[in-house]
Amino acid sequence: MRDQAEILFTDEQAQLMDIAEAFSASKSPIDAVRQQIEAEGAIEADLWREMAALGWLGIAIPEEYGGSGLGLGEVVSIVEPMGRNLFASPLVSTTLAAQAILLAGDAAQKSHWLPLLAGGTVAALALTEAHGDWDLANLTCTAEGKGDAIVLSGGKTFVTDAAMADVLLVTMALDGAPALVLLETASLPAGAMRREVVIDETRRSYAVDLSGIVVPMANLLPQDRALGCLKSLHLTACLLYAAEMCGGTAGVINVTLEYLLTRRQFDHFIGAYQALKHPMVDALVGLEQARSHLYHAATIFDAADTAGGEAAVRMAKAQAADAFAFASDRAIQFHGAFGFTYECDAQLYRRRALWCEQQHGDGAHHRKHLAGLLLD
Amino acid sequence: MSASQQELDEFQAEAAAWFSENKPADPGFLLPQSFMEVGTDQQFEFLRRWQRKVYEAGYLGMAWPGEYGGGGREQAFQDIATAEMVRQKVPFMTNTIGLSWAGPLILNMGTDAQKAAYIKRILSAEDIWCQGFSEPDNGSDLGNAQLRAVRDGEAYVLNGSKIWTSLGAYADFIILLARTDTQTNTKYEGLSYFLAPMKIAGVDPAPIKKLTGEHGFTQTFFNDARIADSCLIGEEGGGWQVAMKTLTFERAVSGGQAGGVHSMAVSAWEVVEMARHAMRDGKPAIEDPIIRDQLVAFLIEERGLALNNKRGEIPGLISERPASIAMSRKLTNSEWRRRLNQFAVTLQGANASRYVGDADAIDGGRWQRGYFNAFSSTIGGGTSQIQKNIVGERVLGLPKSE
Repeated sequence: MRDQAEILFTDEQAQLMDIAEAFSASKSPIDAVRQQIEAEGAIEADLWREMAALGWLGIAIPEEYGGSGLGLGEVVSIVEPMGRNLFASPLVSTTLAAQAILLAGDAAQKSHWLPLLAGGTVAALALTEAHGDWDLANLTCTAEGKGDAIVLSGGKTFVTDAAMADVLLVTMALDGAPALVLLETASLPAGAMRREVVIDETRRSYAVDLSGIVVPMANLLPQDRALGCLKSLHLTACLLYAAEMCGGTAGVINVTLEYLLTRRQFDHFIGAYQALKHPMVDALVGLEQARSHLYHAATIFDAADTAGGEAAVRMAKAQAADAFAFASDRAIQFHGAFGFTYECDAQLYRRRALWCEQQHGDGAHHRKHLAGLLLD
Repeated sequence: MSASQQELDEFQAEAAAWFSENKPADPGFLLPQSFMEVGTDQQFEFLRRWQRKVYEAGYLGMAWPGEYGGGGREQAFQDIATAEMVRQKVPFMTNTIGLSWAGPLILNMGTDAQKAAYIKRILSAEDIWCQGFSEPDNGSDLGNAQLRAVRDGEAYVLNGSKIWTSLGAYADFIILLARTDTQTNTKYEGLSYFLAPMKIAGVDPAPIKKLTGEHGFTQTFFNDARIADSCLIGEEGGGWQVAMKTLTFERAVSGGQAGGVHSMAVSAWEVVEMARHAMRDGKPAIEDPIIRDQLVAFLIEERGLALNNKRGEIPGLISERPASIAMSRKLTNSEWRRRLNQFAVTLQGANASRYVGDADAIDGGRWQRGYFNAFSSTIGGGTSQIQKNIVGERVLGLPKSE
């Protein structure tokens, strides 16, 4: 762990990053973000198809299943610029579902689902429950075997983009142990989904009532791999959230800088005042370290599922969460009275930062787990 | 033609063996952790001998030109030797100002005569160099230097004083920023830069006692000190540009340094070890949840700073603000080091109150002294507050502060 100060950044990553930055900036300028908040539905179907056509949904899916056969490092390279532009889409949930199937699915599940997910089928994650615990194995949702099907009970929450999803990756306890199942949303009765009011208004989040839902046994991922899969899913989510937060931090720093360079008070551009300038440097320094952790984590988490990879990912999530929280909090303050208004963009980033921080563990939570990994 | 991997590997093995065999034994007194902390003759002589030995074995100035005493080899060899010094935790090269700032500056813009006179003796530590930038009335504002240099025939006559001169009591030469003209449009245009001798009449380094209780540096008084006009480097009136050039070496924004280890690394992992022995409520401190959180935060930061160095070399990952990591490095690393030392002191419980010289001080009191000395880097070379202005203005593009 101590000597692995390595970061690899491939030409593919650089190209993907450039394309994703240009794409996100053109598809998700700030007024489009605000229009999207007002709109009822999620991302437009055309836009999603365009992302599928760019190959982004299959980046980390092997070629034999219709993907590009690249790794999560390449996914990181596109999620970061998306975060910077507050672009919201089910790309991360679809990628995470594919990774779970790749890791824990059987041959038939992989060959059925992975090409679909690479091609534009939308997946949402139904992992979190009402208790709000970040431990994905703390499950009150249960399933019971009934012939060649299972019957679910309980509910899930924070299922982002559930309404546009074709399939949900659902966790529950089956025979007292964690299990994952692929639930096709077509089989859900009307009223099973309830839109949640969440702090990040760019997200479409739903509570899903699973009571009495019947799923074919064929959609159950082999249960012996479920626990390992949950851990991997959690860490992969942390990695991609870290990418989104690094992007968001860079974005909100630029929004604030623009104001500090145009707003004048007491005969000076306010950016000349050290009381504002110095914390902006703190924000920058936080961002730089967060990005270094991110691309290191992307490098070694890709290579192997090791304790080193876990530590790197947890560090990346913790650092990015703290950096984004600080930069977006100061963004509101440094816009002065304007920062207190809904019209000021600072709140969009602050809300995004809070969402990302509070999904899959905040900084203190990851430091606690790092303590176990590093100190004991 | 660049060296093959096999050559580099062989050299690595050779260097590893040499440092392993020649690493000095514990001298029996607490060594300083950088050139800025050298406080006694005993420490100085020990470190000077060690640098000379490393140079004579061929592990210093390896990429400097052979005609002036350097190794004339590729930088890759020096980087390997330096990494080996860090890895084996050997004492640092005490002539830091010569090796890392004055030397590269002289090689970059000095005359042949200056190169011939100084370079080899910097490497061998026969000549110790110090820096004369700061003055009593202008700490971080170098452009306001007031020490006067008045031309008199083929000489300049120096009057005034410099302060915070690390190694001032030992130095043979000083890189000196002085005012040759008081009538210029801007304060910067009146400055000139000299490679000046220290051991001459009229130069009087007076030791200053630091907050640690040691003599770490001097206030250096110049009273009608006469130096030859050949001491000038760059043009008369061009001193500011030379000083800025020097800062690029000092802050490692420019390469060309002689190499070698220049300060003893501190790691949060050492503090983790300390936490296994410190006690809280009858149990090892490392079991205390709050201390665990603090330790991990330091480990994350240490790793982030190390990873910044790696990422800083990848153009595709620094494209938005290419200078950001390099320009904020002094700020981030010095502040981290100060806070880590401070935390290590507080971790010791009641024993935190002991100091260097007490027989029961933990690690000889080096964390207490280290915390105090850490301020040399958060203050010296431009305080952290000035660094934030610099980063804010040059990296983030914010307007100058009044």
